[in-house]
Amino acid sequence: MNTLTDISLIDWSRAQFALTAIYHWIFVPLTLGLALIIALMETIYYRTGREEWKKTTRFWMKLFGINFAIGVATGLILEFEFGTNWSNYSWFVGDIFGAPLAIEGIVAFFMESTFIAVMFFGWEKVSKRFHLASTWLTGIGATLSAWWILVANAWMQNPVGMVFNPDTARNEMADFLAVATSPMAVNKFFHSVMSGWVLGALFVTGVSCWFLWRRQDKAFALSSIRVAGWTGLVASVLVAWTGDGSGYQVAQKQPMKLAAMEALYDGTDQAGLVAFGILNPKKKQADDGVNPFLFRMEIPDMLSLLAERRIPAFVPGINDLLQGGYALKDGTRALSAEEKIERGRKAIAAFADYRKASTERNEADMKNARKVLQENMPYFGYGYIKNAEELVPNVPLTFYMFRVMVMLGGYFILFFSTLLFLSHKRDLTRMRWIQMVAMLSVPLGYLAGQAGWVVAECGRQPWSIQDMLPTGVAVSRLDAGSVQTTFFIFLLLFSVMLTAEVRIMLKAIKEGPEK
Amino acid sequence: MKQTLKHIWHFYTEGFRAMTWGRVLWLIILLKLFILFFVLRLFFFPDFLKEKAGEGQQQKYVGNELIRRAR
Repeated sequence: MNTLTDISLIDWSRAQFALTAIYHWIFVPLTLGLALIIALMETIYYRTGREEWKKTTRFWMKLFGINFAIGVATGLILEFEFGTNWSNYSWFVGDIFGAPLAIEGIVAFFMESTFIAVMFFGWEKVSKRFHLASTWLTGIGATLSAWWILVANAWMQNPVGMVFNPDTARNEMADFLAVATSPMAVNKFFHSVMSGWVLGALFVTGVSCWFLWRRQDKAFALSSIRVAGWTGLVASVLVAWTGDGSGYQVAQKQPMKLAAMEALYDGTDQAGLVAFGILNPKKKQADDGVNPFLFRMEIPDMLSLLAERRIPAFVPGINDLLQGGYALKDGTRALSAEEKIERGRKAIAAFADYRKASTERNEADMKNARKVLQENMPYFGYGYIKNAEELVPNVPLTFYMFRVMVMLGGYFILFFSTLLFLSHKRDLTRMRWIQMVAMLSVPLGYLAGQAGWVVAECGRQPWSIQDMLPTGVAVSRLDAGSVQTTFFIFLLLFSVMLTAEVRIMLKAIKEGPEK
Repeated sequence: MKQTLKHIWHFYTEGFRAMTWGRVLWLIILLKLFILFFVLRLFFFPDFLKEKAGEGQQQKYVGNELIRRAR
């Protein structure tokens, strides 16, 4: 792909970033989910004035605090990595990322640090109304932080609202609103935040069922289950809905990712959605003629409907995307990978010509080069691609992780419906099986969230910025050994911190609510 | 104004003093921030471009990288 001969540098840099992001995403969704649930619980306390709701709120608030304290600032490591491991990328996107991340930092610091203090210290010192407002504002602050981070991520999936400046070799913000409210960002935000609500609900129901299992604090556990159960059910349905919105955006902006999610090699007008499938491990290349599936169960026409909102509608497969030639919505013909690569090379050559002309202060050549660059800029990243096959992400990983996420999403709807039905119609305290199911469902919430991010991030390879910058060009020219070293330091550090969290969390859970 | 500031000061100091679980958590936060900023940032995560290209030369360095890596 590029002159970097050391492929292990790219792989270790990616592994290190993935490790940090995965670790960070252990804490974020639980913070978002618990913030909502404790706010709902405190609202009930505020409206009923019943002391047991105050104790219930305080218990979950304590667990929220532990998760928040261990998770806080883990995202900073990602920013360190941008500056060291991904310096070309950081420079290339600098101005676009700068604004959202700065806003995120300010919002996170002022909103969370102010109101979280009132939330923990203010029970007996401020009015009930002010305390409740602080609890909601803490959650809103955390959610707004997530907005800006997800705006930055969405921009990488679908770069909009910017202009590439060949003088500075970086993208500059041209339309802040387009960046902040792109449909990709909006869908990503709601889908990710609501998945956090689901995790929070799974956590609360799981821990509450542990109390039922131990036959202690039953009233507290049952009331917690009702609040979290309804939160989880509503959130699970909303996650499915926003997931559909995200899928539509992927179909429009990242068709290769969608094709990988479905292992769709040859497009069709009536594309079915693979409900269940086993991929053929002998399939090595897009055009090798090997059947991609050993087995599959399909929902007819569903992929066309989800991707284009109508039937029949053509959904391009991996081969179509590589070979081009099919009709696009605007009536034009889709370019082949080779044509895009050619235009990418033109863009990079024009960029080089511009810089040369700029050094020589040759205005006429600068103008010409800038024109060619602008015409071909949407394909800039393709200029680094040596072989069209490089444009295909890891299909098995994307395909299976997508199914893990979707199946677990469906399971959560079923789980919360069943739990709520039983909690209203039966005696949950005697039903050991559902208690066990609830406890075992907690890790599944984490798994679903991580699987979703694997689909989003691995499914968009080879791009770090869609169509503009491949991962191999984004990476800094570092020694692979040093990246490897920091990877293992992180692994150790994260393991220690995670162990600390689990131990503190378990100790706090065992202590139970105030008596 | 002075009175308000005094109230806020007391609010925080009393809050911190009354902490039980919070003490351990603050210790973890401070330890983590120390490791992040005084170990990782200083020794393992330098500003690559500043070191490699020098102050003010980042755009030239990245521009060259973007061109060279296409060859």
